Amino acid sequence: MSEETLKIPTMAELSAEGKSPEILFWVGCAGSYDDRYKAVTRAMIRILNKANINFAVLGTEESCTGDPARRAGDEFTFQMQAAMNIEVLNNYNIKNIVTACPHCFNTLKNEYPELGGNYDVIHHSQYLQKLINEGKVKFGGGEFKGKRITYHDSCYLGRANDIYEAPREVLEKLDAELVEMKRCKSKGLCCGAGGAQMFKDAEKGKKEVNIERAEEAVAARPDYVAVGCPFCMTMMGDGIKHFNKEKEIKVLDLSEFIVGAQDL
Amino acid sequence: MKQLEIFTSLFQIMFFVTALLVTAGVIFMRYKYIRRNIELGKEWKAAHNPSERLKLMILIAFGQKKMFARPFVGLMHLVIYAGFLLINIEVLEIVIDGITGQHRIFAPLLGSTVYQILIGFFELLAFGVLATCVIFLIRRNVVKVERFDKPEMKGWAHLDANLILVFEIILMFFLFTMNATDSILQMRAMDLANGIDVINNVDAAHYGVFENNPVRFLVSQTLIPLYDGLTTTQLVLLERGAWWFHIMGILGFAIYVTYSKHLHIFLAFPNVYFTRLKPTGEMNNMDSITKEVQITMGTLESDANAADDEIPSFGAKDVTDLTWRNILDAYTCTQCGRCTDVCPANMTGKKLSPRKIVMNVRQRADEIGERMDEMGEYYKPDDKMLYGDYVTKEELMACTSCNACVDACPVNINPLEPILEMRRYVAMEEADVPDAWKAMLTNVGNNGAPWAFAPTERFKWADELKNGNQ
Ligand code: SF4
Ligand code: SF4
Repeated sequence: MSEETLKIPTMAELSAEGKSPEILFWVGCAGSYDDRYKAVTRAMIRILNKANINFAVLGTEESCTGDPARRAGDEFTFQMQAAMNIEVLNNYNIKNIVTACPHCFNTLKNEYPELGGNYDVIHHSQYLQKLINEGKVKFGGGEFKGKRITYHDSCYLGRANDIYEAPREVLEKLDAELVEMKRCKSKGLCCGAGGAQMFKDAEKGKKEVNIERAEEAVAARPDYVAVGCPFCMTMMGDGIKHFNKEKEIKVLDLSEFIVGAQDL
Repeated sequence: MKQLEIFTSLFQIMFFVTALLVTAGVIFMRYKYIRRNIELGKEWKAAHNPSERLKLMILIAFGQKKMFARPFVGLMHLVIYAGFLLINIEVLEIVIDGITGQHRIFAPLLGSTVYQILIGFFELLAFGVLATCVIFLIRRNVVKVERFDKPEMKGWAHLDANLILVFEIILMFFLFTMNATDSILQMRAMDLANGIDVINNVDAAHYGVFENNPVRFLVSQTLIPLYDGLTTTQLVLLERGAWWFHIMGILGFAIYVTYSKHLHIFLAFPNVYFTRLKPTGEMNNMDSITKEVQITMGTLESDANAADDEIPSFGAKDVTDLTWRNILDAYTCTQCGRCTDVCPANMTGKKLSPRKIVMNVRQRADEIGERMDEMGEYYKPDDKMLYGDYVTKEELMACTSCNACVDACPVNINPLEPILEMRRYVAMEEADVPDAWKAMLTNVGNNGAPWAFAPTERFKWADELKNGNQ
């Protein structure tokens, strides 16, 4: 698919035409600004285009969900963000939201309702699973066929929201060998970035959390570490680099596997 | 002789009933004390979903489900737990004996065969309890399992855990001694009835419940050779002595439990019932802030009359700012350290230990409670606080809110909630979060992103993608 034909409609455009999308793709701050994570946003856009989904993004109208502010204890900043986002979302009468960020997902899904924002929010792992099951996205193993992949559970998908199977099911479609780390699923080890830790140095200790986790990932001898979260991606990427394994072990988001396998 | 016996047995009954009443009284006082301490916490409503809560309670508190995340320890704990539940049936008989002077009242009721099988089964359990306690003692003191060896486990916490294990071993030993000596006495009573040996002037009416039946119990019979050489009088003394030690030990244990981490044997049930049912990732909403935000956004009229209202304080500085469920959590904690064991901050050497936080909540609630009782109507708060005097900022700041501790706790304690509430205090009352967070918070407030990017740049990725330069 050539780049020019990619459609990235905004809510403002659609609503000017009197149309409404099936889903809103919530890009998130990392997806908008972080150089590495922008690749995940691009992958999602390619998949949505390929599957012919009637979607839209908020573009400049989107703002931080407030998750890091709330976890850092600043409820006021969180609620201000929530109020502004809810106003935008409700004005566009949005019903369904898909996001690639588990933190955005958790906040939009669980924490906005009490503040007047009620949406059907799903994480992109679940959404991709759905598209695959509906036959809207098709791919074989491609370059991942027979490779070893280990999936790192994000706390905010797994323990926080009980999503363990969807990401694994997506990966299974790659014809690859799924290997589990010692700690996985509800016992999965945090990457170290949640609870706003992403935005400050860790307290004094004997090790960084992401090093501990990357050690475990390396021990599983994978070719790829699969993630479904921008923070996990950064932390796992840095951790793998710490062990000088970045040549052998790549850290990819679920959507990037699909795009890679399909050669989109 | 007969009169003296009646007198001693009457004296025994009186003494026993008094002990029972005193124990009940002390436990009731402790119950009131702990309940009042729990109620120091703020309101929290759990009225919804009673059937789901009941299910959880049956599965997790009664059924021990989460204990089996570690199968070996889970199994050993189950032995102690089942032992505790079932041996209590035997204790009931002992209590009836104490009150009425009726020796082994269930024996004639159940028939000697059934009774013997039942006691044999209890003895098997008791032996399991004893063996498990020995293993647990070794684990704690010789093998030194890492999670039992953290800084918060020094002093009383360490002693408490060991005391209870030694105590249980002694209790079980007395139980076996009681049954073994009883067996011998019954055999002698039987002999007497059959005219075999008349010198043993055993009180056949009292001990002869198994006349013409074998009277050995499954485990305690192995102790018979130990006591067989004693005279009948000595045996009676030993039997009664063991009986007294056993039952007094149990009463003492019941009181001790209310001061100990072993309170979980009771509180696990209400605590699991009052589990927070929301998704674990969902933080509690602060309604006072919602109102403030609505006023700022212009969606709510500011209430002029509310101006003299007390300004609400944000987050938790002391246990009184937590909910009663948080304090119930703290009194339920077994200090097993499963939470700390899975905590990413703790395992990488940071000061944070979720178990310590939970223990601190209980310590602080106790401190306030004791002060209240001492000062009575003259009570005034001390100048200590949970945050600052027990929990440091460094601990609080290290939490990734990963919920591993919440998931790991076998009795559904939530150590994360107090951590986040204290963080709210640090952030909103003291504005004392780390500088990097201050910058992040400013960015979120001003730019709508935690990083210092202009909001106008938010959609740049789309141009980059469309222009194909990525
Ligand atoms: S939520 Fe916080 S305290 Fe609990 S395990 Fe995770 S980092 Fe540790
Ligand atoms: S909070 Fe739960 S897991 Fe942690 S020590 Fe207490 S009982 Fe154990």
